[in-house]
Amino acid sequence: MAIKTDPPASAKLPPDPAGVQPPRHEEGIAVTVPWHRTPENRATLLGIAMFTPAVLFIAVLIGVPFVLAFVYAFTDVKVGSIESHYVGLENFRSILQSPSFKKALVNSFIFTIISQVLVIVGATILSVALKDRFRGRGFVRFLILLPWVAPISLGAIGWKWILDSLYSVINWVLVVLHFYKPYSAPMWLGEPHLAMASVILVHTWRLLPFSTVIMLAGLTAIPKDIPEAAEVDGAGFWRTLFQITIPMMLPIIMVAVLFGIIFTFTDMTVVYVLTAGGPYDSTQVLPSLAFFTGILAGDLSQGAAISLFLVPIMVAVTYVMLRLAHKSEIA
Amino acid sequence: MAVVETRKLTKVFKEGELGAVNDVNLETREGEFLVFLGPSGSGKTTLLRMIAGLEIPTAGEIRIGGRVVTHLTPRERRIAMVFQSYALYPHLSVYNNISFPLKAQKVPRQLHKQKVEWASGLLGIAHLLQRKPRELSGGERQRVALARAIVREPLVFLLDEPLSNLDAKLRASAREELELFHKRVGTTTIYVTHDQVEAMAMGDRVMVLHNGFVRQLGTPREVYDTPADTFVATFLGSPPMNLLENDDFIVGFRPEHLLPVEIAPNPAISFRLKVKVTEYLGAEWILYGTVTGGKFDGKEVISRLPSAASFEADKTFQFGVREPDLHYFDRQSEKRTQPKVLTWQ
Repeated sequence: MAIKTDPPASAKLPPDPAGVQPPRHEEGIAVTVPWHRTPENRATLLGIAMFTPAVLFIAVLIGVPFVLAFVYAFTDVKVGSIESHYVGLENFRSILQSPSFKKALVNSFIFTIISQVLVIVGATILSVALKDRFRGRGFVRFLILLPWVAPISLGAIGWKWILDSLYSVINWVLVVLHFYKPYSAPMWLGEPHLAMASVILVHTWRLLPFSTVIMLAGLTAIPKDIPEAAEVDGAGFWRTLFQITIPMMLPIIMVAVLFGIIFTFTDMTVVYVLTAGGPYDSTQVLPSLAFFTGILAGDLSQGAAISLFLVPIMVAVTYVMLRLAHKSEIA
Repeated sequence: MAVVETRKLTKVFKEGELGAVNDVNLETREGEFLVFLGPSGSGKTTLLRMIAGLEIPTAGEIRIGGRVVTHLTPRERRIAMVFQSYALYPHLSVYNNISFPLKAQKVPRQLHKQKVEWASGLLGIAHLLQRKPRELSGGERQRVALARAIVREPLVFLLDEPLSNLDAKLRASAREELELFHKRVGTTTIYVTHDQVEAMAMGDRVMVLHNGFVRQLGTPREVYDTPADTFVATFLGSPPMNLLENDDFIVGFRPEHLLPVEIAPNPAISFRLKVKVTEYLGAEWILYGTVTGGKFDGKEVISRLPSAASFEADKTFQFGVREPDLHYFDRQSEKRTQPKVLTWQ
């Protein structure tokens, strides 16, 4: 039988419309608790306080430029112009006819796809190799992480010297080993195909640590029992890798690919430092073209229009990747 | 079917420390259901993993079917193992889980379907073949793991606590199924558990391990009725055996043998028991009490009685144990010894 008790007196009071809590009696004195001192409201205020800097940061540094880019893309604004006029789709029509843009669009895809394939294959190999304990594993992990930790501009400048037309270490080695005669070694950054290959390789070097770390996390999340069961079931290394380990890592590989594509498609640092888009636009990608057109050449509206081309591509890529990751997700 | 033998098998994980498994000599019988029983940390799983080839022994030799397999990989040993977690491949359907060993062992493709159907039919999971492991209940997962183990007809089955993830009710029925399954397949099976009820119920023989040493190997009846030492005596049986320390030996008797003199006439030893706590468990009573008077005055003992009897706490009754039910252990080595003359007073 349920025992019926009267609710405490305070519970019977109607809630105060002004937001002031009913008076509490402490040691016989009525105390009115201000709205912001009640536990629930304090938590809400703390939440807002902690959330605001992030929102402001994103709004000011990403939101405002993004909206400005949208606005500029439909005007004829130039660096230093005092007024601007609405020109409709004129900027888009113009860049679609530009050979530089077409080249940069194709290059962006080549740059992204090839470097991502290299990164994923490399990161899978590295993560499998670094999973098991061995002497010096910590040091090897540290070395592999270095390219990601070091500032990209520094790394890229280092590579610029390594690939330099006169002082290239690689060429020096090739000459010493008699693969090439002095002064006839390849111009890594001066020939279109070699320049593209160099840019892709340096970017791969840069992204590899990040993907390796993500995949190591995915790999260590696989219970030890499962590869052991495969071993007992008679599977060798390759079968376990391709039929058990990699399929189980697929969701996390998708995450690595998604981040990799975004980092690659929107990145211009490596291109800017190594080749500045050259020779003859052969390594020009959309972000670097937008920068050269919009900032260096001063044509803000065209630069904005070029950079807006990235948006639908990124949205589509993100959607497809998240769908795939969701589909292959394991319980 | 095959016999598994180990000779002086030892595993030391950290140099200088006591081994996880020490000098284990073992020989299974053809088609036997052998249980490794011990508390956690007793080395039973390490021993099983060495037999499976997942752990490299520090010393000693393993033979399966007469062939030395000590340095062979698991795939070369023709064994099958069911893991505690079942270790089903989460991204593969039940069908592909079961057929995985066939693929790995390069069994001709046209035989896969027939073998998977045979194994799944045997375990009653033929209707689940298209599901993913996450869509199965605990009991169904266990059967998939078993089906995956039998599908390629291994020489030996190794089972590592396969019932511990099931709830109590399911565990009892799964135990029965597993026994029937073993009878039907007849493959030599080694089963690891820390649950003495499972060990007693299922094992043809039970090997009791403690701190990496084999304490006793025998039929369930042998290990229960004639425990080799005080560890086996107290580890098996619930509540554990009562042990009373005498001058140079220890005398032991099981709670179900400590009975009121009215039920067990002519006891070898007899004393007054002051009941402290009683537990009514339906089919039986458990009495916790202290010996009153004599040499063992104040010692705590436990009695287990059919629930026909009725006792009240804080009262004293005359209890006794008959001669065949007394066990004697050496006080130094704690090993079983010949019956001694017991002076109670």
